Amino acid sequence: MSWTGRALPRLEDPTLLRGRGRYVADLAPGAAHVRFVRSPVARGRILGIEAPEGVRVYTAADLADVGQIRPVLERPDYVAVSQPVLAVDRVCFAGQAVAFVVADDAAAAEDLAERVFLDIEPEDPVVDLDAALRPGAIQTHPEAPGNVLVEGRMRTPGLDAAFAEAAAVIALDLRSRRQSAMPMETRGGVARYDTRDGRTTLHASVQMPHMLRTGLADLLGCPEAELRVIAPDVGGGFGQKMSLFPEYAALVWLARHVKRDVAWIEDRRENFLASAHSRDQAFTVRGAFDATGHLLGLEANLRSNVGAFSCYPVTCGVEPLMAFAELPGPYKVPEYGARSRGVTTNTCTMAPYRGVARPMLTLTMERLMESAARRLGLDPVEIRRRNLIDRFPHRSPTGLVHDEGSYIAAMEAAVAAVDVPAFRLRQAEARAKGRHLGLGLSVFSERTGYGTPAYAARGMAIVPGYEQVECSLDPSGHVELRIGASPHGQGLGTALAQLVADELGVEPGQVQVVSGDTDRTPYGWGTFASRSMVIAGGASRLASAKVAAKLRGVAARMMGATEAEIALEDGFARVRGTNRATPIREVARAAHHRSHLFADLEGGLRQSAFYDPFGTFSNACHVAQVEVDVETGGVRVERFLVVEDAGRLINPMIVDGQIHGGVAQGIANALYEEVVYDPDGNLLTASLADYLPPTIHEIPPIEILHMETISDATLTGAKGVGEGGTIGAPAAVVNAIVDALSPFGIEINEIPATPERIRAAIRSARDSRT
Amino acid sequence: MKPAAFDYHRPTDVAAALALLDLHGADGKVLAGGQSLVAAMNFRLARPGVLIDVNRLAELDYLRVEGGHLRIGALTRHAAFHRPVVEGPLGRLLSRVVDHVAHYPIRQRGTFAGSLAHADPASEWCLAATVLDAEIVVRNLRGERLIPAAAFFKGTFTTALEPDELIIEIRLPLLDAGWQGGFSEFSRRAGDFALAMALAALKVEGGIIRAAKLGIGGVADRAIRLSGIEAALVGREATESSFRAAGAEASHALEPGADIHASSGYRRDLIAAMVTRALAEAAA
Amino acid sequence: MTDRLATTLDVNGRSYSVTVEPRKSLADALREDCGLTGTHLGCEHGVCGACTVIVDGKPVRSCLMFAVQAEGLAVRTVEGLAEGDELHPLQRHFWEQHGLQCGFCTPGFLMLVAGAFEADPTIDDAAMMEVLSSNLCRCTGYQNIAKAVSLALKDMRAGR
Repeated sequence: MSWTGRALPRLEDPTLLRGRGRYVADLAPGAAHVRFVRSPVARGRILGIEAPEGVRVYTAADLADVGQIRPVLERPDYVAVSQPVLAVDRVCFAGQAVAFVVADDAAAAEDLAERVFLDIEPEDPVVDLDAALRPGAIQTHPEAPGNVLVEGRMRTPGLDAAFAEAAAVIALDLRSRRQSAMPMETRGGVARYDTRDGRTTLHASVQMPHMLRTGLADLLGCPEAELRVIAPDVGGGFGQKMSLFPEYAALVWLARHVKRDVAWIEDRRENFLASAHSRDQAFTVRGAFDATGHLLGLEANLRSNVGAFSCYPVTCGVEPLMAFAELPGPYKVPEYGARSRGVTTNTCTMAPYRGVARPMLTLTMERLMESAARRLGLDPVEIRRRNLIDRFPHRSPTGLVHDEGSYIAAMEAAVAAVDVPAFRLRQAEARAKGRHLGLGLSVFSERTGYGTPAYAARGMAIVPGYEQVECSLDPSGHVELRIGASPHGQGLGTALAQLVADELGVEPGQVQVVSGDTDRTPYGWGTFASRSMVIAGGASRLASAKVAAKLRGVAARMMGATEAEIALEDGFARVRGTNRATPIREVARAAHHRSHLFADLEGGLRQSAFYDPFGTFSNACHVAQVEVDVETGGVRVERFLVVEDAGRLINPMIVDGQIHGGVAQGIANALYEEVVYDPDGNLLTASLADYLPPTIHEIPPIEILHMETISDATLTGAKGVGEGGTIGAPAAVVNAIVDALSPFGIEINEIPATPERIRAAIRSARDSRT
Repeated sequence: MKPAAFDYHRPTDVAAALALLDLHGADGKVLAGGQSLVAAMNFRLARPGVLIDVNRLAELDYLRVEGGHLRIGALTRHAAFHRPVVEGPLGRLLSRVVDHVAHYPIRQRGTFAGSLAHADPASEWCLAATVLDAEIVVRNLRGERLIPAAAFFKGTFTTALEPDELIIEIRLPLLDAGWQGGFSEFSRRAGDFALAMALAALKVEGGIIRAAKLGIGGVADRAIRLSGIEAALVGREATESSFRAAGAEASHALEPGADIHASSGYRRDLIAAMVTRALAEAAA
Repeated sequence: MTDRLATTLDVNGRSYSVTVEPRKSLADALREDCGLTGTHLGCEHGVCGACTVIVDGKPVRSCLMFAVQAEGLAVRTVEGLAEGDELHPLQRHFWEQHGLQCGFCTPGFLMLVAGAFEADPTIDDAAMMEVLSSNLCRCTGYQNIAKAVSLALKDMRAGR
């Protein structure tokens, strides 16, 4: 029986459950603590930095030899901006690091930091997305006139004709308010200088350790060999821990400078102020439909507020260019025109957050379908049926190739599972009693597991995408799998161990997965973009298959059989159809210690593999059922159903866990979480009393059904599943709210749909009627 | 987010605590449950020079009925109210309210008296004290005084408590069996601060309201007793329409405060809904 | 800086003599002075619950309590939950039900539930779900935490 496909409890867990996990803050005791002094204003000129007497304050002048973070897209519509590690002359957002101090512990460092006086002459900032695009708006960076850092544009030739012949044109304005990925563990680093060899090891809570090392070496002007980056246990990332942050450069510089251990453990307020934000997006779209509900053309004006700087390495293009390329989603869009801009403002820098632009583009397409159905008098399921991609491979208007999926079938399965007719009865009964129930649908595709071609197409100067894996078998028959990917809580180690155990005929517990350490793992890109299982999984299979081939060769020789006759299973190399078997550990030992007998066999028990797939599309349908309290505007999500097609499930329990967590973050996006700045660019949501991740009380039971369309786009048959929950949930919840409030004829096109916004919509609907 | 340094004292009797308060004056701050104070200190929004920890004042750890009052010793934790502390409507109402006071672990440490001393405008206990005619017993080295709730709360985080005074107990008049309480709160998530809340107690006989207590919280710098609406309710039928009328009137009783979670106008909507619901529950 | 105070912390039945500033939180003292880093800090303002420990039989936020306040009180942390090699029923069911992903919030959830059960062994599932709303998890959507807690409560009620 194979390990793949089993809901194996995770190998990572016993350590974590006993409180023996090792997160970066656990490594800080004994190190000196760094505290950053941050700009209290959104925009201004630094006139001076006054150090309290006897206190060493580090400023940009100290870091004169350190480079600036300057991510690049090689495209004419991109304006590169540079972010200094510590602000030089000017500050560009409230929270930007201007200086730092060092003390024996965190409290003492905070005491010193609050005594540093930043003499900053404040200037009027630009904060709001659309305000930044107005003519004459204040410019965030002089090199970016109009505040546009990146712009994608395209228009198919037949778009005007599509609108000219449309029976109905639906126009929508959608807004997603700013969100924080808010991992439970904040950022942090401990940098240790080794006086023996002059190397510095940075332990940091990050998702891309190799990339971080490259970025740090470039900034510090040193060979990568002088640096080692280790991601220990990471308390969640969701994209927030992908980027090269200035704080890490400062920390490593300091460790090399003072030649001692130094730590920076971010506090929650700093995390809200200065880590990374996302999803501050405004989409204006028009859809042209024929009388039977077929979408003829789509025109979009997409704006993303990317904050003060561009995140490294993926750049500020990540939200606007994904929105531009993937807006059509799972739908056939014959004609397409779009303009998508990344807009810089005096706010915290945007970085990818689980789903990136897709929660908003899914909301857009799903609101479009709902609105068109209503306008044309069609059933909302039927209009989707007519427009969903139904032939594969499908080429989108932006050139994306969809491999085989189950777009329509997943929707049909979801609709059947929730029993829509029964719900409509309950809805009518409830309405008669003044209660407002609603059901909402969301269908989407999720581009996952994409390799270098996708990133190269974006014009990235640094092109991520492949993964490398090294697999070795020691003389005791245990496997070590060294991966360039860098899990941060998903359970990737367990799932990879299952794959490799099947190749090598051992138990998953005999597979040690090594990750997150640049000294011990091959160069790789880390974990993001729903890629790890697909790409690191594919590379793991390739590498372990090479080791398995060698094992079979040795075993065949030992037992006088041919390689083709050898099966590796249950810890034995068996000759098929016989009862001859040798324990794998004995084969391994022989391969290591009796190698002269197998000198003619190619390869060894240490193999590496490289995998760089083109990419694949997962797909899903979400259904939310809500009740809206029309007097308060409060929404309760009562039921949530997911029909997911992520291809082959390696560990179904882990897959479900990814969907659960994603849906919860999507519900948060739909109803609760919002980063708020005042007009002067001061952050108003710097605590968990004001920024509102949901508790168990706000998250309903989540039901999951699986479909498993196996396409040949990936080696393992698995498609990515890390982001889907987050992508689909907002649209399902919003559609459900709109359905609940259909007696009022209300549209909700802004998330989070807070109680206040819903009440305002109900009020204005009532006012316009009277 | 580490607090600024302070000196720490942990007296074991009230006399010693009062002496310390007297000595340190405005520099001294009483540390009871600390569930609001310590959070504010971690943000360095509060930075007392001296903390006087009253958690070992065993003599203030009591709950008893005496002289027609529930007497709540100053060390009584929120969690003590999870089950009714006294038979009858008062105990039931307090146990209904306590579920909305922050979260379970916070309720294990936070104290009733501490909530009053902290005077957060969105505090459930401050609303209860205001509506249920609490009296607050405070003491300093020179003596003791009794402050009615109406005179105790002065504004956001501001009370009539002098820097050298310690809350000893809170007295809540018992409600006889003819009363019934109702409470309604709207917050964004479970355990969050109220965007608006209402607490009511009604005496209904033969479908007619004979007496009423009503107040709202979370909408101004302190809990608001709606005495005018209380008076108007008396003699009216205990029906949905009476309650809706009261809710509508309450929503115009003041200009509610605004913050990032709720505008003033939206809070008016919430006041109407909360008052209506609290009254309906008190009549159910 | 104020003087450090010598104090004794009783943690998981073991006595730790520590010298700490009065301003040091119980959480920081556990982590830095007792070497018990299983208690995590997620917000330091009492909302997230990652730092939940049991003090005198009740779950509390160790970020909102100073170490000096815990003198003479019995403190229990996640490190004291298992008995030797045998996992506590909560740990076992969190494992089997996939009630954790990144694991950062997990010790707080375990101590929250263990403490609430100790404070009231008659607590029913519905009341425990309300207790669970005290802590934040960002990975699991709470689905498998709820399942694990329900199953563990059955075992704990049966004294297993």
